[in-house]
Amino acid sequence: MNKTFLIFRHEFLRTIRRTGFIILTLALPVLALVAIGIFHIASGTPSAPAQIQNIGYVDEVGVFDQVTTQGNINFVRFDTTEAATQALLDKDITEYFIIPPDFVSTEVIDRFITQKEFTPSQSIIDAIKNFTSSNLLAGKVSTDVITRVEGSLNLQTTTLTSTGAVAPQQGGYANFIVPGIFSLLLVLSLIFSSTYVLQSLGEEKENRLMEILLSSVSTRQLLAGKVLGLGAAGLLQVIVWVISLPLLLHLASSTIGGFLSNIQIPANFWAFGIIYFILGYLLFAVLSASVASVTSTVQEGQGIAGIYTLSAVWPLWFVSLLLIFPNSPVWVAFSIFPFSAPVLVMMRLGLTGVPAWQLATSMIVLALFVLGGLALSARLLRTYMLMYGKRPNLREIIRGLRTA
Amino acid sequence: MPAVEVDNIAKSFKDKLAVDALSLSVSRNEIFGLIGPNGAGKTTTIRMMMDIIKPDSGGITILDEKLSEASKNKLGYLPEERGLYRKLKVIDSIIYLASLKGMDRRSAEEKADRLLGQTGMLPAKNKRIEELSKGMAQIIQFIVTIIHDPELVILDEPYTALDPVNTELLKSIVLDLRNEGKAIILSTHQMNQVEELCDRILMINNGRAVLYGNLREIKAKYRSHSVIVDAEGELGQVPGVSQKRDHKGYVEMVLDGNTTPKQVLERLVSAGMTINRFEVATPSLNEIFLEVAGKNHE
Repeated sequence: MNKTFLIFRHEFLRTIRRTGFIILTLALPVLALVAIGIFHIASGTPSAPAQIQNIGYVDEVGVFDQVTTQGNINFVRFDTTEAATQALLDKDITEYFIIPPDFVSTEVIDRFITQKEFTPSQSIIDAIKNFTSSNLLAGKVSTDVITRVEGSLNLQTTTLTSTGAVAPQQGGYANFIVPGIFSLLLVLSLIFSSTYVLQSLGEEKENRLMEILLSSVSTRQLLAGKVLGLGAAGLLQVIVWVISLPLLLHLASSTIGGFLSNIQIPANFWAFGIIYFILGYLLFAVLSASVASVTSTVQEGQGIAGIYTLSAVWPLWFVSLLLIFPNSPVWVAFSIFPFSAPVLVMMRLGLTGVPAWQLATSMIVLALFVLGGLALSARLLRTYMLMYGKRPNLREIIRGLRTA
Repeated sequence: MPAVEVDNIAKSFKDKLAVDALSLSVSRNEIFGLIGPNGAGKTTTIRMMMDIIKPDSGGITILDEKLSEASKNKLGYLPEERGLYRKLKVIDSIIYLASLKGMDRRSAEEKADRLLGQTGMLPAKNKRIEELSKGMAQIIQFIVTIIHDPELVILDEPYTALDPVNTELLKSIVLDLRNEGKAIILSTHQMNQVEELCDRILMINNGRAVLYGNLREIKAKYRSHSVIVDAEGELGQVPGVSQKRDHKGYVEMVLDGNTTPKQVLERLVSAGMTINRFEVATPSLNEIFLEVAGKNHE
C-alpha cells in the first residue's frame, strides 16, 4: 500500500477520534438544535401541531359563529365564562378566550390558559386573528378577499445601486448571519487543523519518533500524508457544517420564522467555502509543518503559530466596518492577501457581490503561497527535523535552506 | 557483494566537518561494530546510510543498489534517539510502523505476537506505550526494527536501558539474525558488547576512520608483547623479560624484542615453577579505544 496513504489514514483516523475534534464538529448542529428546542419549550409551541386542538371562546359580540375551524384548530363556542372554564379544567379544550362586546373598536381579546408559557405561539395568534377576521367579514366580502386578509404579507424588497440599477447582491444584513457564523467556524477549523499538523510533527520530534519514521518514508511522503490526512479531517468538519447549516436554517425559519425566513445565501457560497477551506488549510498546514521542523517542543511551536493564525482571525474583529463598507479598497487588498483571504472573502460573499477577478486573484495568490510553502517546509523538515535542542535563528535557517 | 558499501563520503554542518573521507563495507552474515567517542560522526554516518541526510560527496550502496524508497523496506533501523506514539497501544504502534515497512496488517500482527511472546512482552500487547517502562519500550522498538525481516539491521546503542536478562535476550536475537545471513551494524559505546558480538569494526574519531578491520587482527596489532603469569612462589629473574609489573593475583612480564612467550613458558617450567595461569597479554578493546581516541584527541 502507498506509504503516503498509510500516513494519511493513520493521521485522519487519529484526528477524528480526538475528543476535541468531535466536540468542535458537532458543537454547531447540536447547539443550534438545542437553541431551536429551547425556543419551542419557552414559547409553548408543540414541535409538530398535527393533532386537532379544541380552543373554546365566549362570544359577547354575537357574530363569531360562521367559521369555526382554522387548520387543525376547532373553535368551540361557550355561552358563559363559567362553562368555558369548566371545559378547560376538564381538559375538553386546551384554552379559551373571551371576545368582549367592544372588540371591534378595542381589538382586545382575553385569553385563559392553565399552563405557563413564555409568549403565545405564533400559530395560536394567527389562528385566533384569522378566526375573528373570517367571522367579521363572512358574507360581506368574497372568499378571495378573506383569504388575502388572513394571508401573510409577501413583501419583496429590491436593493438598488447608486445608479438606480438592481444591485447584484440582494438581501439585508440578516444574510450575513450564516456567512458570519461560517467564517467564525472556518477560522476555528483552520486554526485547529493546522495546530494538529504542528502537534503531530512536534510530538514525533519530541518523542524521538521522527528518525524511525524517516528510515521508512521520505520527508515528502511524511509531509504529504500528514497534511492531507489532517486536512481531510478538517474538511470533514467543514462538510458537516456546510450540510447542517442550511438544514438548521430551514428548520429555524419554518418554526421560529421572523427574519430567519428571509435569509438568502448565494448559491456559490458553500462551494467557495470548501475551496477557501482547502486553500487556507494547506497554507496554514505547510507553515505549521515548517514551524514544527525548527522548534524543539510543541509548546514553543504553538507560540510561533499564534502569530500567523492571528492574521486569519483579525477580519472578524472589524465586522462592523465590513458591514458598512464591504467593498472598501482595504478589504479588497486583504481579500487577496493570502493569510486573511479565506475568512475575509467568505464574509464579503455574505454581504456583497465579490467581483470574479478578485476571487480569481485571491485563489491564485493563495495557491502560489501554498506551493512555495510546501517546498519550504519539505526543505526545513529534512534539515531541522532531527536537530534537537536550541532553535536555529533566522540566519541559520536561511543558510540551512541553501544547503538542504 | 557486500550489504553496505560506503565510498569516501563526507558531510559538514555549518563550518564543522562531521564526516570526512569515510569508507567502509559490511558483509552479509556479519556483525559490524561502529565505535567512536561522542560526536565522532557515527550517527551522521548511519543517517547518510539510511538516506535521512545526504552526503556532500561520496557514494553509498545499500544491498547492491543506491538507497531508494522501495529498498528502505529491507532495512531495519533502531536509532539512538528513539521513541514511540505515547498514547497508542503497543500492538497498534507495531502494526502501523510495520505497515510503513511494507507489511500487511495480518502478517504484522502474527509476527508481532510471535516476537512479543519471544521477548516476554505479550502481556503488554494492549497497553499504551506511556504505561511501559523505558526498558520495555526499548524492547518494543527493537521488535519494530526487526519485525519486517530486514536484510540489513542497524542498531545504535541497542542495550542502553536494558537489564542484564533482556540484554542477553536481545544479544541472542542479534546473533540469530547474523546466523540467518543478515548484515548487522552495531553502534555502541559498550566495548564489551562489541568484543563479544562483532566480527569486524570501524572506529571513527573526528569524522575519520582511525581503526578498521577484523577485530581479532586489530587486537593482535595492539598486543603489548607481554605475558600474564600467575605462579606459586617467587618468579625471580627470567631471561628475555625486560620488565615485571606486579598486579593483584598475577604478574605482567614485558618481553624483550628477541623472546617469544613460548620461550618464557619453557624457561619458567624448566626452573621448576608451578604455573597456575599463563597467557599472552592482549589489550581490551576499551584500552585500544582509549589509546586511539586519546592519541587523536591530543
